[in-house]
Amino acid sequence: MKLDRTSFAILAMGAILLIAGPQLPSWMVSMLNVSLCYGTVVLGMMLLMRNGIVSFGHGLYFCLGAYAAGLLDQMLKMPDMLLMVGAAVVVTGVVSAILGLLLAKYRDIFFAMLSLAFSMILYGLLVKTASLGSTDGFNVAAKTVGGFAVAPESQRLMVYSLAVVFATVSAFFLHSYLASHQGRLAGAIKDNELRVEYMGASVMRVVHRNYVISAVLAGIGGALMAVNIGHIDPEMTYWPQSGEFVFVAILSGTGSVFAPLGGALVFEAIRSFAYEYSPNTWQMVLGITMLLVMIFLPGGLWSLFTRKREG
Amino acid sequence: MAVILDAKGLEKSFGAVTAASNINVAVEQDAVVGLIGSNGAGKTTFLNMVTGYLKPTAGTIHFEGRDITQLAPREITRLGICRSFQIPQLFNTMSVLDNLLVGVGIVAAAGSKWGTRNSAYDNPVRAVDTMLEQFGLGSYRNRQAGLLPEGTRKLLDIAMAMVVRPRILLLDEPTSGVSADEKFVLMDMVMAAVKEHKVTVLFVEHDMDVVARYTDRVLAFYEGRIIADGAPAKVLDDVEVRRFVIGSHAAPAGAASHA
Repeated sequence: MKLDRTSFAILAMGAILLIAGPQLPSWMVSMLNVSLCYGTVVLGMMLLMRNGIVSFGHGLYFCLGAYAAGLLDQMLKMPDMLLMVGAAVVVTGVVSAILGLLLAKYRDIFFAMLSLAFSMILYGLLVKTASLGSTDGFNVAAKTVGGFAVAPESQRLMVYSLAVVFATVSAFFLHSYLASHQGRLAGAIKDNELRVEYMGASVMRVVHRNYVISAVLAGIGGALMAVNIGHIDPEMTYWPQSGEFVFVAILSGTGSVFAPLGGALVFEAIRSFAYEYSPNTWQMVLGITMLLVMIFLPGGLWSLFTRKREG
Repeated sequence: MAVILDAKGLEKSFGAVTAASNINVAVEQDAVVGLIGSNGAGKTTFLNMVTGYLKPTAGTIHFEGRDITQLAPREITRLGICRSFQIPQLFNTMSVLDNLLVGVGIVAAAGSKWGTRNSAYDNPVRAVDTMLEQFGLGSYRNRQAGLLPEGTRKLLDIAMAMVVRPRILLLDEPTSGVSADEKFVLMDMVMAAVKEHKVTVLFVEHDMDVVARYTDRVLAFYEGRIIADGAPAKVLDDVEVRRFVIGSHAAPAGAASHA
């Protein structure tokens, strides 16, 4: 496989974040950790947006990934971080493969609303399920990585390192996929579905595949978030959560796999500082940020870099 | 020459309107067939039935002996029947190169399942560059498709049909919207490409000069029926064709029942 400049840059980013981890202050590690979890989810949102579709219900897979990880600990007593992420991949992959059969037929607002409906169905189920903690959810405690015990004092750094590795692998995979013949079809479908069919490809199959990839990335993000926070609840699939992913995706732009990761960091930084310095109006700060981005950078923050290159 | 496409008893109705009636056409391999007729005569309906966009109300279509009547457009494309469009159907935000690479990618992904002459391209970019030169699009290689002039869009639309390696190419009004100076240049390039790749061609056309110059057989449609079928000189000289397709619009015998 031939690696291009972006592939090397992704690997370099991962290596730098891993090496820098132990030197960073704990608040920054926490912020990066959440950003990487969100960024992994938004990588999947970006893939869907490249197809011209937006999901308002990706909280569904974020939550499913988290609950798959949590249940592995709660029910099967297997508190291994890698197994938890693996369980999230399997569960979100299977569920999205089934739901995707229906969703891949829809576009525009119908796709958005149907995806939202599925996420709200899961929300309804979870809040009514007492054995899963109902609205309170339950705690998740990951104690090992690949069978090796992690000391409590190293826990935070280990979770951070895992988030770096999975975000890097996800970004690397997605970049390679988008550069492939199969990945190029996403943009073609956004432009002209009729022509794609008349060139011999099944639009529905491509959208379905991309939906599953996107859902699995959201599941990985959810599992990492569960391990990071140590607690999960049905709010992870409630509509504001899905809205946040759309927010970050629009804030980031879809020009590169770096965009969702960087956008998630910017989002988390704005939210954290706004909450710190303006606790009663932090949502307004986010709203104004979105307004400014949509007016001045309709292509998202990533367009700052492409504009510079074009200039 | 062997028959490559065989349509028998094709009918297509939209409610009370009969768009195609008792169409019987057998097209031989490597033929260049012109489809003429006034608007609403049934040319594009026939083309849409062959490519799977419309399903016939009655009748069958066989491609190389295989019944394709009920297949989806993509399945028909994979067998080797490809088309261009009256209004070019491009990937407007992508470069000209990428427009063709999409097709190369589809062929590559299908691999041995691709039913046409060859499987994957050995060197996709080189193959696309060769095709761009063949269609006079080399200088537009990295231009955004949505910003191309109309004649160039037409050429790219046809090149996109050619890049997926057709056995039969269906062109829907390839010279419409193209200036009088450019239309023969465009057709010369298209015909050179199809001859080189031994592709059978059916094209819908309103310009009789183009039809006379490039076809070796003409089908004249009127109110959903074929009223003349034969060599261009013979069909274009036919009294009914001159009256109902090229000239005035009084109905030929038996045509009123299909209106």
